[in-house]
Amino acid sequence: MSILVNLGLGLLFGFGLIVSGMSNPAKVLNFLDLFGTFDPSLAFVMGGAVIVAFIGFRLVLARDRPLLTPRFHLPTRTDIDARLLVGPALFGLGWGLGGFCPGPALTALGLAAPGTLAFVPAMVAGMWAARLLAGRRV
Amino acid sequence: MTEFTPLASLLGGALIGLSAVLMMLAEGRIAGISGIASRLLPPYADDSSAERSAVAGRLAFVAGLVAAPFLYTAVTGAAVVQAVSANFALMAIAGLLVGFGSVWGSGCTSGHGVCGLARLSRRSFVATGVFMAVGFATVYVVRHVIGG
Repeated sequence: MSILVNLGLGLLFGFGLIVSGMSNPAKVLNFLDLFGTFDPSLAFVMGGAVIVAFIGFRLVLARDRPLLTPRFHLPTRTDIDARLLVGPALFGLGWGLGGFCPGPALTALGLAAPGTLAFVPAMVAGMWAARLLAGRRV
Repeated sequence: MTEFTPLASLLGGALIGLSAVLMMLAEGRIAGISGIASRLLPPYADDSSAERSAVAGRLAFVAGLVAAPFLYTAVTGAAVVQAVSANFALMAIAGLLVGFGSVWGSGCTSGHGVCGLARLSRRSFVATGVFMAVGFATVYVVRHVIGG
């Protein structure tokens, strides 16, 4: 059951990335190009997603428990440490160079553009390196 | 140049948000792609059946992401429009940075930028502010300082 639900949620998420244009690195890079060929579309992607999630989370978290597991697993940390600044800085640098973040890159994988085939294995290697370096805390 | 697509982007964004809400409803978890993808890799939390089933669920979610463009073309009849840089070295470096940075910073555009902001998480506001600022600065330097 859980496997089918997750497959469906991945499809829905990926469908949203494609419909929104976020799966296209050219659109992402133009969003980030404030002083050039600026394309504000991605602000609408984020706005649409955050508004739906803001309302939806409040409805869902009013429940005692999720449907398929005994309890909610929510992040509890509130501290701002160096890792929370260094990680997003490195991420933002890579995002600005390639125009891909993890979701769009995975959605692009099957379309097999040469740049994607360079990006995704390197991304997986980077994720693994961070996990090994950080131990089980991430 | 890319075309400004406010309606399609708002609709696509709403579908992303809906997926995140349904993930919370079904599994009680944040739909953060870097967390889901990176936790497919070892080390695993433990050898329990719960952990094995969680890994299987994550694998199914990633399979759904990968299959999405084919579903999109089957449903709409339209090809997925994409322009990816063919600079192999640049894309490999970008991939390393995105993979490492998203795990090191506990999230990416989905976990921090969508779910975290929607939960009004202080950490996610900081992380999103940093990666957006560095993303803007990176494209500025690449296109208008080096490329200009």
